[in-house]
Amino acid sequence: MSNQKSLLSIEKLCAGYGDFQALFDISLTLEQGETVAIIGSNGAGKSTFLRSLAGLIKNQPGAVTFKGQAIGDLAANQVLERGIALVPEGRKLFPSLSVEENLLIGAYSKRPGPWTLARIYQLFPVLEKLRKRPGTALSGGQQQMVAIGRGLMANPHLLLCDEISLGLAPTTIKDIYAALPSIKADGTTVILVEQDINQALSVCDRFYCFQEGRVSLTGRPGDADKAQIKAAYFGI
Amino acid sequence: MEWLNTLLQGMLLGGLYAMFAVGLSLMFGIMRLVNIAHGDFIVLASYLALMVVNHLGFSPLASLLVVVPLMFCFGYLLQRLLLNRTLGTDILPPLLVTFGLSIIVQNLLLEFFSADSQKLSQGDLEVASVGFGGLNVGVMPLIVFASALLIIAGLQLLFYKTSVGRAFRATSDDQRTARLMGVNNAHIFGWAMALAMAVVSIAGVFLAIRTSFDPTVGPARLLYGFEAVIIGGLGSLWGTLAGGVILGVAQALGAKIDPGWQILAGHLVFLLILVVRPRGLFPRSVD
Amino acid sequence: MNALNNPALAWRVQRTTTSSTIGLSLLGLSLLVLFSAPFWADRASLRLVVEFAYYLALAQMWNLLAGYAGMVSVGQQAFVGLGGYLLFMLASQFGVPPLFAVLLSGVLVALLAIPTALIVFRLRGAYFAIGTWVVAEVFRLGLAQMSSLGGGSGQSLPAAIVRQIGNDRDGRETLIYFTALAIAIAAVAVVFFLLSSRQGLALASIRDSEPASGSLGVDTFRTKLMVYVLAAGCTGVVGALIFLQKLRISPDAAFNLQDWTAVVIFIVIIGGIGTLEGPLIGTLIYFALRGCLAQYGAVYMIILGVVAVVMMLKAPQGVWGLINERLGWQVFPMQRKLSARD
Repeated sequence: MSNQKSLLSIEKLCAGYGDFQALFDISLTLEQGETVAIIGSNGAGKSTFLRSLAGLIKNQPGAVTFKGQAIGDLAANQVLERGIALVPEGRKLFPSLSVEENLLIGAYSKRPGPWTLARIYQLFPVLEKLRKRPGTALSGGQQQMVAIGRGLMANPHLLLCDEISLGLAPTTIKDIYAALPSIKADGTTVILVEQDINQALSVCDRFYCFQEGRVSLTGRPGDADKAQIKAAYFGI
Repeated sequence: MEWLNTLLQGMLLGGLYAMFAVGLSLMFGIMRLVNIAHGDFIVLASYLALMVVNHLGFSPLASLLVVVPLMFCFGYLLQRLLLNRTLGTDILPPLLVTFGLSIIVQNLLLEFFSADSQKLSQGDLEVASVGFGGLNVGVMPLIVFASALLIIAGLQLLFYKTSVGRAFRATSDDQRTARLMGVNNAHIFGWAMALAMAVVSIAGVFLAIRTSFDPTVGPARLLYGFEAVIIGGLGSLWGTLAGGVILGVAQALGAKIDPGWQILAGHLVFLLILVVRPRGLFPRSVD
Repeated sequence: MNALNNPALAWRVQRTTTSSTIGLSLLGLSLLVLFSAPFWADRASLRLVVEFAYYLALAQMWNLLAGYAGMVSVGQQAFVGLGGYLLFMLASQFGVPPLFAVLLSGVLVALLAIPTALIVFRLRGAYFAIGTWVVAEVFRLGLAQMSSLGGGSGQSLPAAIVRQIGNDRDGRETLIYFTALAIAIAAVAVVFFLLSSRQGLALASIRDSEPASGSLGVDTFRTKLMVYVLAAGCTGVVGALIFLQKLRISPDAAFNLQDWTAVVIFIVIIGGIGTLEGPLIGTLIYFALRGCLAQYGAVYMIILGVVAVVMMLKAPQGVWGLINERLGWQVFPMQRKLSARD
């Protein structure tokens, strides 16, 4: 283990919606530049976890430590200013904004960094042709590209991707994942939430498996065997 | 020819009504807030202008220089300190709180200024008119209409060409996701209300020049603005202008038939359009 | 072995509680006192009770619409005014006996409320609220144009009709007093029985979630229409009574927003929206406040408004809502508690 402080440290995170508790004492750490996958079945709490990190769900300040600062209780816009961007589940593009405007609003916080409109178009060339279209008048795969580009425009230290392959055809998924190396090349740390285990394990450095709101397994993709993962995934 | 004149007067009056409506449109579009005290704030601006005119000796149009910034700040503070607390999924709190504000403002104005009718005089400009093609058009109504055009054009520019405008539109689409972009909703809402109050204050000054006012005329202004928004269709500022013009024309035609019918004609046209075209004449397709 | 599969346990729905028994008994006692009042109270006090009665009735109706059916109306003054005008028309132009005319006005207002509803139901939420206001304005302006009804300055009830109510002033006042009490009791009873019925359950489900209740088979449109018309009719009856007492009507008085809507809304907010006891408490508080502050003129409206705004922000459940939360009291047996029969 390196002796530098972890980029992200989660300690005993509990989160839920009203009376319903979705996460129970989640603890995990993340190092700079890593790509970590979080896998698990529906309802395991993966999206809740990302939303808690992003500040959409309020927690105890100390539950989430990012770059040495306790951010658990910050609001979503404050979390973004600290450098954590969420690519939300279901894309959530703004229908009143064009593709280009959706990308531009990603840069609302004016955080400095390498990502610019030009670079996003380089990463996803098809978007440049569609830039004047309303954000939601695109195919699912193209919308996902815009959503990822929008997240990158904030020049985040940590990019959270919530089920980016959801509802997309296999070839489209491959195209999108093909962009991941460019994203990582600048040292951006990535957390990927995925239901597609193979896709997730093929790109990550480490993974966590969630099961009913708890971490059921963690390790490197090469270390764990299929049976173990299946057991941790389904809880049997 | 007389009817053409009436039509024209109605259209120009529509400019003023559009100004009443723009603030409502803004607030509802960005924050889903309907401010029942809207009309009373217009009258508040009229009284502010009155004080500036009486104590600082400005002309009514010049008083805009003081009234607009004042109301702008007032709007921001009102939103951040009070109205932001009412926003949420329940429609009751914002409705009832702004209703309460309406009653409070009306009675405060009554206490401070009495029920006497007031009017601001812009001197010669008020009665000046230009003639073209046999029609006589008042200069003030032209100025008011032109201002309405400028305000709407300016707001469109703001919404479509600036970063803040993008933030407004994004927040209006999806508040939660807008926060993920780093948009501070509380702050943005404050700006939206500030803008709305700025427009309200311009409308208030023009209203005070055009006609006499007293603390109780606010609600009628709210109703005209509301009708202009509904006739024009939600979500479109130019639609709101069209709505205002239609309302103004309806009122002018009604007045021509019988003076007592002026306001009633406007209400009836509104109800008719509500029955026949509930979404308004030019609704935005996205909503 | 648990509650669900233990055959020995039977379930029943319990409605009354200790507090409701006490509360209802207290209410009953107060009513007995009020019934006897004409024999020992002075005229001013009787008029105060009449005013209390009609504000209570108006508040129950507004609360039914807003607190239970989720329809916030700032246009109920339309039905107050219509009730008043219909009374004058029925009594002076059609010779209907005044008390019967009060009831008939209510029925006619209810009928007029149907096309009104069909128009305003096209709007939702806050826009619905303002739409109801526009409708009230249409009635006000329209009636002001009718010179046969006195036009803008209104009309007085002809002396012959006044005598029909009672031969002397005391007789008239006593009759109106008991009518007012009857109307107030009826208003509370109507709301209570409606809410205890199946329709009441449907209402509660619509208030909580209109789409969800629709998907369960609740005809939301018909239910809302029924409640709207019912509230309008009852409000019309109250309006008829108000102007029967005042003996004079004018468009501005009949359709006055501040008198018939603003005060009513404040009463319900302060008392507790969505509860049967709330309007009662609210009306009591309103009259107490008014009594203390009447000397300060328009300021009492400002204070009332400020209290309502603060309540909406800090304690939206109102005074009775707070009492109910802290102490679990209820006066009217409304809650449905499941208890085991052993």
